[in-house]
Amino acid sequence: MEISANSKSLTITSSDLTRRELLTVTAVTTGGALIGGQLMPGVISPATAQSAGAATAPLNVVLRVNGTEHRLALDARTTLLDALREHLHLTGSKKGCGLGQCGACTVLMDGKRVKSCLSLAALVEGREITTIEGLAQGEQLHPLQTAFIERDAFQCGYCTSGQIMAGVACIAEGHAGSPQDIRDWMSGNLCRCGAYDHIVAAIQDAARATGSVRGG
Amino acid sequence: MHPFILDRPRDLSAALAFRAQAGRNDAPAEYIAGGTDMVQLLQENVRRPERLVSLAGLLDNRIEVGLQGLRFGAAATMAEVAAHAGVIEQFPVISEALLNSASPQVRNQATMGGNLLQRSRCPYFRDVGYSACNKRAPGSGCAAIGGENRWHAVLGTSENCIAANASDVAVALVALDAAVEVRAAGTQRTVPLIDFYRLPGATPHIETVLEPGEVIAAITMPANPAARRSHYLKVRDRASFEFAVVSAAVALEMDGTRIRQARIALGGVGTKPWRVPRVEAALAGANLDPATLRPAAALAAEGAQGRGHNDFKIELMQRAIVRAVQTAGGRA
Repeated sequence: MEISANSKSLTITSSDLTRRELLTVTAVTTGGALIGGQLMPGVISPATAQSAGAATAPLNVVLRVNGTEHRLALDARTTLLDALREHLHLTGSKKGCGLGQCGACTVLMDGKRVKSCLSLAALVEGREITTIEGLAQGEQLHPLQTAFIERDAFQCGYCTSGQIMAGVACIAEGHAGSPQDIRDWMSGNLCRCGAYDHIVAAIQDAARATGSVRGG
Repeated sequence: MHPFILDRPRDLSAALAFRAQAGRNDAPAEYIAGGTDMVQLLQENVRRPERLVSLAGLLDNRIEVGLQGLRFGAAATMAEVAAHAGVIEQFPVISEALLNSASPQVRNQATMGGNLLQRSRCPYFRDVGYSACNKRAPGSGCAAIGGENRWHAVLGTSENCIAANASDVAVALVALDAAVEVRAAGTQRTVPLIDFYRLPGATPHIETVLEPGEVIAAITMPANPAARRSHYLKVRDRASFEFAVVSAAVALEMDGTRIRQARIALGGVGTKPWRVPRVEAALAGANLDPATLRPAAALAAEGAQGRGHNDFKIELMQRAIVRAVQTAGGRA
């Protein structure tokens, strides 16, 4: 996989970078860009093709997360969620069920919300992934992050990053027009603490704040 | 998760060549597209392919609505089809069935082809802790017959399997005579969706007529005067993000206040999406009065067999038909 000369890419394997070290490195390299189209699905270089009979040999996978490109060597079984958490040490996305039922792993892929536990990392090359870590603009929280704090929209916090990522998409889709709409369109995110009322209120607040309230 | 080789072919012909080397269903090689069902099955060791062949980026995802009817590529996502203005306007039952399926996240990921091929939600099939499941391990028995079978089918069952088909949109598609375009290396055929699914019989592990190496390339549906006046009613244990206990897809062609022609398929009750032609025939010329609709709906129960916990579905599906017909009939 060829990368443009001025792009800043990272090669990170499962070697044990601490989260703080990783955050420092990614802060320096943020802004790296790819030559358009080179990572489109279906354009797989020979280097990333896998030879038969090597089921456990790692695959070379290039993931683009929060605007930064990462080169990883991953077992084929690695889900996007595990790649984010265990290899990129972006632990904001949570693993609840690992089966697409709880929504704690929700991230945005090309701007659309998905359950990262249901995607194999090697099959989302070229997609733009946004995690909770990529939502704020520097120190400026996203309006929905602010609204979650103001509305006390969590107790234990485990589902919160998934709720916020799903809520950001819910607002952007225009599905935050009424509490009923929000409940329906947020049903893929479970909260075992039962903070649903506050979550709905926070999403309503943020939808108003961003002027994105549209009909169902 | 069992180890597998992941192939990411550059084009469809390469993908078809890979898969053609393997056998049917739980064979050593499997396709993966959106992955929302496959990854669950892999995680739970229900499927243990030696090789996984990715279809990502290889299949058509266009959605076309025109005078000839509806056609969408198998790679179109559930969310894309559900939100398509032409689908909403001319085939509302399809959009409704999709929007009542899964969660917004899964609908963004799951493809239409994959939706039609999702495996049963029978909890015994999904849990390898149970040894008896003819669908997962042919010849091992059926834990659902005589077990917890509230979610299971009452129509099209056999002594070997009573697992219900879980797709909502397949029910809507069957009601409107949809077909699937099936491709293999060098060949293409079209199969009516209702014939695409097999009854379990003695081979519940073989769920469709797909041969090794074949994929669903597209889904097509003829233009239909009843399609605009259509509705999907889903009865379930939660208001959202839950599979159907019973569902009814109804499309009506009206003649004033009377039904000229009805098309009805049921979900949650059959081992495959279940069309009810006798009910449809009985509704021809009927008005929307419940007293008229109930005897016609009762014909759906012909051949139904409950297994204890799911006995209630036989009555519930008749009521679902009545309500769905009334709702569709009330549409302009």
